[in-house]
Formats: sequence, structure tokens, C-alpha cells
Amino acid sequence: MNASIAPTVLLVLRRLATALLTVLLASLFVFFAVQALPGDVAQQLLGQDATPDAVAALRETLGLDQNVWLRYGNWLLGSATGDFGISLVSGEPVGPDLLVAFRNSMLIAVPAMVVGVALSLTLGVIAGVRRGRPSDHTISLVSLIVMSVPEFMVATILVLLFAIAIPVFPAVVLRGDSATVAELLPAVWLPAIVLTLAMAAYIVRTARSSTIDVMASEFVTTAELKGLTTRQVVWRHAVPSALLPTLNVVALNVAWLLGGVVVVENVFNYPGMGKLMLESVFNRDLPTIQAIAVVSALVYVVCNLAADLIALALDPRLRTRRKARS
Amino acid sequence: MTRSTTDATGAAVNAGPGGLPGRIRGVATSLTSSLSGSAALTIGLGLIAVHVVLAVLAPWIAGHDPVATDSTVALTGSTWTHWLGTDQYGRDILSRTLNGGRYALLVTFLATTIAVGIGTVLGCITAYADNWFDEVVMRIVDALLAVPSILALLVVVTVFDSGLWVIVLAVTVVYAPAVTRVVRGAARTIITQDYVTAARARGEKPLSIVFREILPNVMDVVLVEYAMRASWIVLLISTLSFLGFGANPPTPDWGLMVQENRTALTVAPLGALAPIVALATLVIGLNLSADGLSKSLGIDRAQKGAVS
Repeated sequence: MNASIAPTVLLVLRRLATALLTVLLASLFVFFAVQALPGDVAQQLLGQDATPDAVAALRETLGLDQNVWLRYGNWLLGSATGDFGISLVSGEPVGPDLLVAFRNSMLIAVPAMVVGVALSLTLGVIAGVRRGRPSDHTISLVSLIVMSVPEFMVATILVLLFAIAIPVFPAVVLRGDSATVAELLPAVWLPAIVLTLAMAAYIVRTARSSTIDVMASEFVTTAELKGLTTRQVVWRHAVPSALLPTLNVVALNVAWLLGGVVVVENVFNYPGMGKLMLESVFNRDLPTIQAIAVVSALVYVVCNLAADLIALALDPRLRTRRKARS
Repeated sequence: MTRSTTDATGAAVNAGPGGLPGRIRGVATSLTSSLSGSAALTIGLGLIAVHVVLAVLAPWIAGHDPVATDSTVALTGSTWTHWLGTDQYGRDILSRTLNGGRYALLVTFLATTIAVGIGTVLGCITAYADNWFDEVVMRIVDALLAVPSILALLVVVTVFDSGLWVIVLAVTVVYAPAVTRVVRGAARTIITQDYVTAARARGEKPLSIVFREILPNVMDVVLVEYAMRASWIVLLISTLSFLGFGANPPTPDWGLMVQENRTALTVAPLGALAPIVALATLVIGLNLSADGLSKSLGIDRAQKGAVS
């Protein structure tokens, strides 16, 4: 028994180490990319007519005169404990603001994720099982169109329909950054719907094609031949097997979601990570940019890790391969 | 919502399949991923061809200067001189949409070609190497993929201005790692084939094996990658412009046009709808081509996420 567990444990450990290395490398790239940007932070803060002495003094206070590797080490240790430095714009610590923005983004991203995955799996399996019939054509056509129309247009049309023509939802958040969760709730709907649609369009296609693959496989034929009803075949055999490849796509969509919130939050003036990202790029608020990049990388890696580990737990075949990631 | 997107692209896709006479329904259903590869490919390439022809001929068809303003004809709606009406500055929407296609196609073509080119060569080499070099490149690729692409693009464009080549190179850096990963996966299955072993046994040099044996055999995957990446790059570039970080006004750019005209959507809807229809038909064309190619070549394209 030990013989069968040990390789799996090794596999999981290897995967964890890779994930950690990826996050570290990503943080390294982010830090040095930001350092390489033209322009001196101290000069920028003080303005063009600051005396060289004042600039030098500020460089010292900010620690910019230290060795770059030392600064990277300090920044990394700080980030690991939630201390991302001081925002160049507000003069406040980046951490708390980022946390609020992250929470607000999760308010639209998590429901979008859950509803989007459930909706697209259902539609994808229906389309796959009814391959070639009108319902399949309709689902495939609609997902192709939704996939091809940019989110900013979907968002604009939704605002026009549900905030101006039939005013049921607020078009934009007026309270801004200080809004509490309760105040944000009415504004969550439209952004969440846009994200759900955009994400579902991709996952439907995956779910459909993996359902078709599974329905054509031998074990489904066997199940049909031994007299199970279509419903039983679909639920007991097709759906569980079709879920596995979809899992990966869902994890990859998390990275897309981090980009998707930028557009959506911009259109709806929603105070989340995407809006913070745009503002900090616009103001060249380097510590905030670094923090957002690293947190995003962490989220991405953790989601992919989770997808891999869940796949590993669900699919015994993966455990027997020598290399999990090839 | 479904209905409104169908309306937005209605000109190109006719309508949903329900309740239409048989022949029209045939056209409508052939636009779905559920049809055979060759039909999807034909329609997809047809849409792209129409876009290329319109973009090339834009100065002769358009009839108006895309950046010329005329305050006397602002927001006119459709007229004989301005077929699709004018925007708030009195610029001709048809001319702007047609000329916007030139910019979109040029940037997409350059960015996709360079990104897929680099990713393909790197993917084949790392797959063949299969040693420390492979490991190092793949860890770097993973780390680059973890950083949100939109953030990287925004920073580059803000710092280095949003010129054509800056955007092309930024998009290349963002997409080349993803292509590398996909091509490497395909190349690894090729390497186990007998003809590669045979080439090794004959004593061929590694680079010759990579370019003569492996590369030609992953071209099917590369082609599908090309069409798929192109469709994302079109959307990404227009998104950048929409956010105000891409093409500078008054450049006729689709994303920028939507941003400029969306406040006037109730007064002159064509200002935002025309570039959207153009954008959506181009992306549908690219998507159908990718679908058609992958079906005819036997590659399962739907097994990919939005970003992989």
C-alpha cells in the first residue's frame, strides 16, 4: 500500500514546489520589470523642479540607494506578510486598499465563476448529448457570438437595457472606494452578468466537445448496451468524465477573469482590482502595480494548482504517469 | 442579452436558426461549431477575406477623410452623403469604420505572426532539448503566464507611448509564452515518432532535426494557434483602445470609436454599433477558421481555455 501512496505524495510535492517556484519567478520578473521602467520614482514624486539634494534625500528614505537585490528581498518578505509598501499617490500603505479592492472584485468574480461554470456545463453537456440537433446548433451559435463580441460592448448594451431603458439596476457605482459590501450589492449584478456570459461562452465549447468525446467512448457504449436509460448514461458516465478536461479550462479562465474585471469595472465604475489597476497604471503608482501583479500571479498559480490536484484526486490514470506536467 | 448581441452582429449572421425557412436555416446552422470543418473554414476565411478587401480598398470606398471634422453635420444619422451617419464631431462613421479595419488588421497580423513565430521555434527547440534548458524555459514561461497580460500591456503602453510597434512588441511578449507551451506539447508527441529516431540514427544535427522533422509536423497545431491567437489579439487591442490606452485620438480605431460613441448610443447608435459589427464579424471569421482548421486537421481546439 505504501508503494502506491509514495509516488503520489512525491507527485503532489513536486507540483507544490513548481507552483512556489513559479510565484517566486513571477515576483522577480515583476519587480525587475518595474525597476527597469524609465523615470526616477523620487524625481517623479517631488516634481521636475526639486533640488538634487531633496531628490537624493527622498531616494534614501525610500531605500532606493540600496542594492537592487537587497530591495527585492525586502519587498518580497514584506509582500509575504501583507506589507506591499506605500502608495506613491495616496501616501497610505498599499495592502489595505488592495485588500478592499480584491474583496470587491471577488463579489463580482466568484458569483460569475460559480454561475458561469454551472450554466456552461449544463448547456455544454446538453449540446454534446444532442449533437447536431437544433438545441446544439442554437447553443453553439450563441456561444460563438458571445465569444466574439468584446466585453465592453456586452457591458454597454446591458447598461443601456437594464439601467437606462428599464431602470432595475444602477448603471454605475457612485459611492466609489469607500462603499461597504451592503452598498455595493445592488451594483454587483450587471458586472457579474457580463463576466458570467463571457466566461461561459468558452467553457460551453469545452464541455460540449468533451461530452462528445465521452459519448463516443467504449464505456458509454457498454453502458448503453447493458440497458441503461439515456438519462442514466449521461449522469453517471458522461458528465463526470466530461468535467475533468473542463476543470483545466476553468482554472485558465481565472487568469482571463483578472483581465476581464478591468474592462467591466471600468464601464461600471466598480471599485475593484481592475479599477485600481487602471488607476495605478495611469498614475504610475509603482508599488501598487507591483502588488496587483504579484497578487494576481498568486491567484493564478493557486487556481491552476487546485485544478491539477483535484484532477489528480479524481482521475487515477494521472497518478500512474511519471510526469504530471509534460 | 442574447438577443441584443444577435442584433449587434445581425447583419453578418442573419438570425438564429429557429423558425426560418430551410435554406436560411442551413446558412445559420453552418455558422455554429457543430458543423463540419470545411464549411466553417469556408465561411471563416470568407469573412476574413471580406475584411482584408475592405481594409485594402478603404480609401477608395470610404469617400470621406476619417479624421476630418465638420461641426455642421454632427450626429446626423444615416444620410445620402454619410451612409452610416456621423459622430459628435461630424466625422463620417463609415469611413472611420473602414479605416479602423486597416489598423486592426495590420496590428493583429504583425503581432500574431511574430508571437506565433517565436513561440513555435522556441516550443520545438525546448521539446527537442528535453533537458535543463527545457526546464528553465518552461519555468520562465509559467511565471510569465501568471502575470495578467492586460496589466503588462497597460504598463508598457503607458511608459513607452502607444505607437504601432510598441503595441506589437508588447502583445508578442504577452502571447509568445502561451504559444511556446502549446507547440512544445505538440512537438513532444512528434519526437517519439520513428522518423525522428531515424533522423537521429542517421546522425542529423539537432537543429536540422528541429527544423526539418519536427517543425513541419507541428504546422497543423501552429495554424490553429495562429487563427485562435489572432482572434484574441484583435479583441485585446480593441479593449486597450477602449480603455484609453491604445490608439490615440483621432486615429480611426474600433475600440476607440466605441468608447467615443457609446454615450451617444441612444441618439446615433451606428457610431458604436458599426465598429462592433466590424469587430465581431472579424473575430467570428477568425474563430470559425480556427474551428474549421482544427476539425479538418483533427485537433481538438475546444479543449483550450480563454488564455492557455
